[in-house]
Amino acid sequence: MYEQNQQGLTVYLPKEVDHHTVDKIRMEIDRQIIENGVSAIIFNFKDTTFMDSSGIGLLMGRYKLVNYIGGQVCAVRVNEKLKKLLILANVHKYVNIE
Amino acid sequence: MKKENEMMIEFDSRSCNEAFARVTVAAFLTQLNPTLEEVADVKTAVSEAVTNCIIHGYEEEVHKIKIECAIDEKQIRIIVSDGGKGIEDVKKAMEPLYTTKPDQDRSGMGFAFMEAFMDEVKVESGPGEGTKVTMWKTIG
Repeated sequence: MYEQNQQGLTVYLPKEVDHHTVDKIRMEIDRQIIENGVSAIIFNFKDTTFMDSSGIGLLMGRYKLVNYIGGQVCAVRVNEKLKKLLILANVHKYVNIE
Repeated sequence: MKKENEMMIEFDSRSCNEAFARVTVAAFLTQLNPTLEEVADVKTAVSEAVTNCIIHGYEEEVHKIKIECAIDEKQIRIIVSDGGKGIEDVKKAMEPLYTTKPDQDRSGMGFAFMEAFMDEVKVESGPGEGTKVTMWKTIG
């Protein structure tokens, strides 16, 4: 679910991203930011078919954290439906979406 | 509203029930032959409303959340209600990006998503009175 290399930390998100599933993910990412100094986070949406605003909070919260130390966040393999949701919440202004 | 078909569920305000709630409403909705996009819209709206009950209404204490659905011709009406602490300023709560819990990474987009994905959203609440969210969507 997590993979770290030179590019940064890749987070493979679950099938459904909601308040229930994001809590654990957030804690693990924040631990890696604090303990390993991770500053680049790649959210991989390849398995994700559902997301609500809890996912928006997860992405924007991590953006705020790493932006503070000059890092960045991106979202990859995002399907069209979820892309619409991210754009509606203005996430694309801060997070590169592919 | 003349109701052709109705259902009601009541469940604990545990986060694991967020998925149960949206999938159950989506299953009830299938009788209107919705598109995949319409199903996704309704699931997102229900997820937002139920998450609000858990995080804000009951502040993570376990109590009951009720969902009532009614179908009339091509329209579904969904009521999500809790007996929690209620909302002081409903207008403010519905503003995009406004949240009382930024420390928990809440995006403040819950009501904005409900309004974006449903045709109409009505919120009735007051301090100590619980919250009742009614949403309508015409399918097709």
